[in-house]
Amino acid sequence: MSAVLDPHGHGAADHGHDDHHGAPHGWRRWVYATNHKDIGTLYLLFAFTMFIIGGVLALLIRAELFQPGLQLVNPELFNQFTTMHGLIMVFGAIMPAFVGFANWMIPLQIGASDMAFARMNNFSFWLMIPAALMLAGSFFMPGGAPATGWTIYAPLTLQMGPSMDASILALHLLGASSIMGSINIIVTILNMRAPGMTLMKMPMFVWTWLITAYLLIAVMPVLAGAITMVLTDRHFGTTFFNPAGGGDPVMFQHIFWFFGHPEVYIMILPAFGIISQIVPAFSRKRLFGYASMVYATSSIAILSFIVWAHHMYTTGMPVTGQLFFMYATMLISVPTGVKVFNWIATMWKGSMSFETPMLFAVGFIFVFTMGGFTGLILSMAPIDLQLQDGYYVVAHFHYVLVAGSLFTMFAGYYYWSPKWTGVMYNETRGKIHFWWTLISFNVTFFPMHFLGLAGMPRRYADYPMQFADFNAWASFGAFAFGFAQVYFFFFIVLPTMRGQGEKAAQRPWEAAEGLEWEVPSPAPFHTFENPPKLNADANRIVA
Amino acid sequence: MRLRQNNLLMLRKLTVVALGMFAFGYALIPIYKHICEMTGINILALGEKELPGSGNARLSKADNSQVDTSRTITVEFDANARGPWQFKPMQSSVQVHPGQLMSVMYEFQNVQDRSMSAQAIPSYAPSEASAHFNKMECFCFNQYTLAPGEKKQWPVVFVIDPKLSKSVNTITLSYTFFEVGSKTPAAPGSKVSAVSVSGEGV
Amino acid sequence: MMNNIYKKLETASLALAAYGATAAWAVNDLPGGPAVNQLNLHPPVTKIAEQQVWLHWFMLIICTVIFVAVFGVMFYSIFKHRKSLGHKPATFHESVKVEIAWTVVPFIIVILMALPATKAVVASKDTSNADLTIKATGYQWKWGYDYIKGEGEGIGFISSLDEKQRAMSDSGKPEPTDDYLLKVDNPMVVPVGKKIRIITTSNDVIHSFAVNSFGIKQDAIPGFVRDTWFRAEKTGDFRGQCQELCGKEHAYMPIHVKVVSAEEYTAWVADQNKKMAAKQDDPNKVWTLAELTAKGSKVYEANCQSCHQATGQGMGPIKGLDGAAVVLDADSSKQINVLLNGQNNLTMPAWKQLSDTEIAAVISYTKNNWSNKTGQLVQPAEVRAARQ
Repeated sequence: MSAVLDPHGHGAADHGHDDHHGAPHGWRRWVYATNHKDIGTLYLLFAFTMFIIGGVLALLIRAELFQPGLQLVNPELFNQFTTMHGLIMVFGAIMPAFVGFANWMIPLQIGASDMAFARMNNFSFWLMIPAALMLAGSFFMPGGAPATGWTIYAPLTLQMGPSMDASILALHLLGASSIMGSINIIVTILNMRAPGMTLMKMPMFVWTWLITAYLLIAVMPVLAGAITMVLTDRHFGTTFFNPAGGGDPVMFQHIFWFFGHPEVYIMILPAFGIISQIVPAFSRKRLFGYASMVYATSSIAILSFIVWAHHMYTTGMPVTGQLFFMYATMLISVPTGVKVFNWIATMWKGSMSFETPMLFAVGFIFVFTMGGFTGLILSMAPIDLQLQDGYYVVAHFHYVLVAGSLFTMFAGYYYWSPKWTGVMYNETRGKIHFWWTLISFNVTFFPMHFLGLAGMPRRYADYPMQFADFNAWASFGAFAFGFAQVYFFFFIVLPTMRGQGEKAAQRPWEAAEGLEWEVPSPAPFHTFENPPKLNADANRIVA
Repeated sequence: MRLRQNNLLMLRKLTVVALGMFAFGYALIPIYKHICEMTGINILALGEKELPGSGNARLSKADNSQVDTSRTITVEFDANARGPWQFKPMQSSVQVHPGQLMSVMYEFQNVQDRSMSAQAIPSYAPSEASAHFNKMECFCFNQYTLAPGEKKQWPVVFVIDPKLSKSVNTITLSYTFFEVGSKTPAAPGSKVSAVSVSGEGV
Repeated sequence: MMNNIYKKLETASLALAAYGATAAWAVNDLPGGPAVNQLNLHPPVTKIAEQQVWLHWFMLIICTVIFVAVFGVMFYSIFKHRKSLGHKPATFHESVKVEIAWTVVPFIIVILMALPATKAVVASKDTSNADLTIKATGYQWKWGYDYIKGEGEGIGFISSLDEKQRAMSDSGKPEPTDDYLLKVDNPMVVPVGKKIRIITTSNDVIHSFAVNSFGIKQDAIPGFVRDTWFRAEKTGDFRGQCQELCGKEHAYMPIHVKVVSAEEYTAWVADQNKKMAAKQDDPNKVWTLAELTAKGSKVYEANCQSCHQATGQGMGPIKGLDGAAVVLDADSSKQINVLLNGQNNLTMPAWKQLSDTEIAAVISYTKNNWSNKTGQLVQPAEVRAARQ
């Protein structure tokens, strides 16, 4: 039985304590969970469920867009699909999944017994359940789900029904959950590292999460402010975004994107951290340029605060504004490029093998960089005038979020699941999942670049017929992509959760470094109850 | 015992911090005002709320500026009625020199069978013109109540600051007349009107 | 296992080929609009759009070169530096010189990219010295164009999506149409070679006015005006669509700008002025019921049908007109009021931009169509009186 489901799994390093602590069983184990591994599991399963719901919405969208004409839904419901697909994927799938990885791996990687605030950790997780129910359930409220796009611009939000208010409450809850989680992560990382693990000896995944947590604390309150202003404009007579009372609809965009841009970096920095662990492990070579990786990640985080208005080039900014934001945005490509070069330099003259984690990591580097280049092209304000609010933008952000964040999560799953479950996933099936996902992803989203250049706007339920062929390809690819993920869950994840598979070694990847590989597979319920003694590089335990 | 004392000390410190943050929230209102004045960001509101009269800094600044006859600016006038009333400029455009005082009229008629209160909100294109477009008198400074059928003509008296960037020589001054207390209209054909579009003041 | 996959791929490709073979969407390129399977930006019709197209090629080529170089290195490494080939791992893991090099060089490349972009940004913002100024107002869900300065000053009209195309969309089986969802009743007409300044604003929520061939896109923000400009170097019909989500019919408010020669433009202006004068027409002309209902049927189709339906039954919360009390009422003033001023917080919009004759005609039509057989009619003079 894997440790994921059995808290009494005995490992070599820690044993015997569980019985007289009365390790929890049954529903209490999960509802009252304070163990970072259990909470990590809860987050990951929750995120996957939301991913499927968001994915179904995407398939409904692509089914409607398969051909010109309205075959399945009316345009209002279509707009609800696009909105909820975005909100659920961003706030329900990507962010919680990375928090799940953080919960599982950070204490293990720094040699801590658990997160600093174990009960607050529990609260952070369970807050998400009512929020998710409200988001998913908003379709059944009068007027249906919000139909404003995930960016919820005013004054369109002022025309929405009660589901808008429910979504605002849901976003508040999710924001609170994220902020508490971030506080937990920062305190854990700063206070609970094993002796000898200085900041510059931490694993990169821990570094990227430390930086991400600061970003979260800085910007989630800004989103909270924006959506509260929408709420009071809707019901309490304020006119923040209503020009009749002296307000300005564009101000909403400024506030939202001040949150929104760091938000997208929040969704990618932990991914960078995971890749920085996997590539060295499968290249059998240390990460190239550890220090500059840390500086590059910090630069990206700091720069992310001063580029928000590149989402607003068409709102009527004066020239100086457009130029400033254009320059700042182009600048972010420099530290990002440094990271890509460092990963490739890690691979260079290494001794590589291509098990599934490495396949996804290399796939990530290749496809995420494509997304990065389209981002650089979009950052040029004159070009953005052609492409703003069109399918080129949709292609860009799906390349960086799906081929970026999601591929990394798959990579992280394949890399770490032996530690979580104690069994190896089926390598052949993993490879099938990889190629199926990579190919169908590109079939879905590559044609969207052409659609965007040709002028097809986004959030359109129907379109001129010249766009029909590329839309058909995209829909075909989307369904293939969806089936790949169903295959992933039923044929790869579920068997390992049930303990079906080859028994995993403590260090299944021979060159993997990090304290997580110093504990048995599956990791026992309690690990590092006493701080371990570390070697000089802080990646091995000395007896 | 030591622990209890330490905890009490911590509690006191945290209480002070919490009260301080609360007070900071209240202090933000005057702080914002000062920052916006200092940096000049708050252009739109400053222009509108200033009443004409002596001792007004902006007014005296305009008095002192010379008319710059080397430049001619075309000012176009636009009107948007956000509701069932008539609203239009009496002239579609004028030519004016920076520093020259100019006056134009706008006409407004309440064609409904009920009286209403309305407020005009100005906007400028290009947006950088707003910082240099000084309105000495404008119907947008006040709210007006009109009886059913009542028709009124109002002036806008303005002078363009010669400091206006040389690249701008066409400015569109646009007003949107809103009913006081009105909100974003519900989308046509919508099932749900979650926000009431009240006619009377809020 | 692999055989299974090949079989699946085979079936899928056959299905796709079959689908492609039916070529259900056999449309042609639309000049001034999208081309079939268009791969790149629209052919530019203004100098600004030319700069954008050039800039895009510039960026695409540089990015592709860098991409090929970088991933050439990566794939070389993937093929050569493998454990399965017996390659032993090197031990280097940092190099300050190299790190500085690949920070500084991209930094320089980015600055070089920014230079032509800066020029293009500054040019696109210069709205001064326009020959003609047109205000484009976004409504839910159509555009209103008002010519506020220059030749044609005073002309104003609404431009909506062709009703038949909207119905085609609903049917789920639209016929192959080259200008599907891009055809309007009243296009914006402008003269070629002149600098046209477009002022955008909105009546309700944020919309966005865009014409890709001109390289312009400007959000239309309620309560505010924004401006942009273009100088079309060629005559022709150029299309755009609303580019900011504005509610359920966001996909159904296209933009059609007809660029014509100077003489054609002058003729069009004269024609429009005549039409506007005619709308004022003889205020005391007495119309017959047949004349009114015939005209009213066209007005209904163009403006009312999308919500109240061709059957007059309405749909969901939209009230039916067939058998409606306000329509059957002998006192027409209520119905006139609804049409002039809207109703239910403008869920039923105001239609005062229609002429007295048009409103009188459509009211008379509703009173005498479907199962309504009142024999009542409304004269344009009554509508004019109601406006006072």
